Amino acid sequence: MTAAEIKEAVLEILSDIAPDEDLSNLKEDVSFREQLEMDSMDFLDIVMELRKRYRIQIPEEEYPALASMKSTVEYLEPRMTEVAKKQ
Amino acid sequence: MNDTLRESYDVVVIGAGLAGMTAANTIARAGHSVLLVEQHYKLGGLATWFHRKGGHIFDISLHGFPVGMIKSCRRYWTAEIADSIVQLKHIRFDNPMFSLETTFTREDFSKLLFERFRIPAENVTGFFDAARAMSHLDDQAYTTRRLFEKFFPGRQDVVRLLMEPITYANGSTLEDPALTYGIVFSNFMSKGVYTFQGGSDRLIRLMRDDMRKNGVDIRFACEVQKVHVERRKVAGVTLDGRRIGCRAVVSNANLLGTIFQLVGEEQFDKDFLEEARAVRLNNSSTQVYMALKPGETLDENVCGDLLFSSTAPEFRTDMLLSRAITSRTYSFYYPRTRPGHDRCYAVASTNANYADWADLPPDEYEAGKRNLIETTLEGISKYVPDFREKLAYSEAATPKTFERYTKHWGGASFGTKFEGLAVSRSLPERIAGLYHAGSVGIIMSGWLGAMNYGVIVANDVDAFLMKI
Ligand SMILES: Cc1cc2nc3c(=O)[nH]c(=O)nc-3n(C[C@H](O)[C@H](O)[C@H](O)COP(=O)(O)OP(=O)(O)OC[C@H]3O[C@@H](n4cnc5c(N)ncnc54)[C@H](O)[C@@H]3O)c2cc1C
Repeated sequence: MTAAEIKEAVLEILSDIAPDEDLSNLKEDVSFREQLEMDSMDFLDIVMELRKRYRIQIPEEEYPALASMKSTVEYLEPRMTEVAKKQ
Repeated sequence: MNDTLRESYDVVVIGAGLAGMTAANTIARAGHSVLLVEQHYKLGGLATWFHRKGGHIFDISLHGFPVGMIKSCRRYWTAEIADSIVQLKHIRFDNPMFSLETTFTREDFSKLLFERFRIPAENVTGFFDAARAMSHLDDQAYTTRRLFEKFFPGRQDVVRLLMEPITYANGSTLEDPALTYGIVFSNFMSKGVYTFQGGSDRLIRLMRDDMRKNGVDIRFACEVQKVHVERRKVAGVTLDGRRIGCRAVVSNANLLGTIFQLVGEEQFDKDFLEEARAVRLNNSSTQVYMALKPGETLDENVCGDLLFSSTAPEFRTDMLLSRAITSRTYSFYYPRTRPGHDRCYAVASTNANYADWADLPPDEYEAGKRNLIETTLEGISKYVPDFREKLAYSEAATPKTFERYTKHWGGASFGTKFEGLAVSRSLPERIAGLYHAGSVGIIMSGWLGAMNYGVIVANDVDAFLMKI
């Protein structure tokens, strides 16, 4: 998957776990926590969805990489080169 | 019944409390085969109810939970479950220091503290912010007592207002780590108290339906006797004398029961056993269930939904455990709790020591129960003078009752003290595939804590199964 596709995939997960949030103005380099009402369970849900949808394993020590959209895409890109875009 | 059981599953979940059921459901949704086994004849664990002749239904632990339940139920269960959660409007305190009503929100507590208790606004804000900023990584030696001393020095009354509901909710005291207080307080006393419309029976029925839909194999009235370990790996379980294979076990049974009975000491090293033996269980409870005669009502404006009542001049967490009861929490239920059901009823709860009830001879035990009911009726008549005339049925539960129905050691109502969390979390490092999910560590207790812990552990199990 390309960086743009990964971003789209993350947005899709976010809109599923936070259906009431407006994601259209999400800033890439500002943390999710500052822009959305997110707690540690929300981050766990992102981890679970990434594993379920793309079989990506993220160890607990690396959860901080999911802080913002920018850091998430940077973290996932090398790990998702082989992953096909979900239809 | 057991003949439809498969020979093996990816995961066996032992115990159908909220943590066990939520773990089972989440793991099944992730695509693994799951067997959920419950020793009692119904699902729910402490999230339970019972029927009595005359059409009475009593809930055990439906007194109130934090707003976070809505999100967790929507995400890990169904929209129907989440949409049945409604706010309780009238929370009361009545004790020799103060009598007041609150909505249990940060705004309302701030207003009360500022206007009525005359606490400077910066201390109030400072306290709420300090509590909100706490995490499980904070210094454990910093106690709740010190937190209160910092923001409200010498103010016993403020401590009572902010602590009493938490002590009832999870048995914690002023000597427990402030971080446990801060986390629970921020969840519980900032956005109101909520309940489940339709009662615990409806909640558990909806959960059962969702688990079935997701393919969880469910067995109740079926006890797991043993977790089998081979070469430091989970190999299976024995239930009702029959062996079932599995790659992982999630035990929702009591943490100490899991380590010392289900798995057995011989499977662990000395250091771990020492750590596990040092885990302190939380206290137990007593309850008195009171049903009103058909057609009899309670005045909502007098009773409210939840009433923290005490005649003790001072607030002391050790006194809350005494058999000489001076403090009770009353939950009042109106017909709207169970739309279609026309009764009002009340449940009075206290914290209690298991040891005070465990070894009583049968006649003293029965007398103790009768006394519990009598003193409760006396206590409640302060608020509803003709309560005895309205009463159709009453019954008492003691720490032994809780022990019998959940198999929790010491009838523990709220799991373990803080140190239990690390022991629970470290089980899979000792034995591959062995997990515990259930109220532990104060912060992972109550309906919301147990459910969320079930999800956290389900995530670990899913990751583990993908690796092997
Ligand atoms: C009196 C009282 C009032 C409460 N009020 C509230 C409240 O108002 N709000 C709130 O949020 N929380 C409340 N709580 C706390 C809350 O009910 C619990 O924290 C929560 O329900 C615990 O869930 P759990 O999954 O950890 O375990 P449990 O509910 O304890 O479930 C464990 C399950 O495992 C089963 N089990 C054990 N051993 C075996 C075995 N060997 N084989 C098969 N099954 C086994 C047990 O039978 C049980 O069903 C209250 C608790 C009590 C006691």
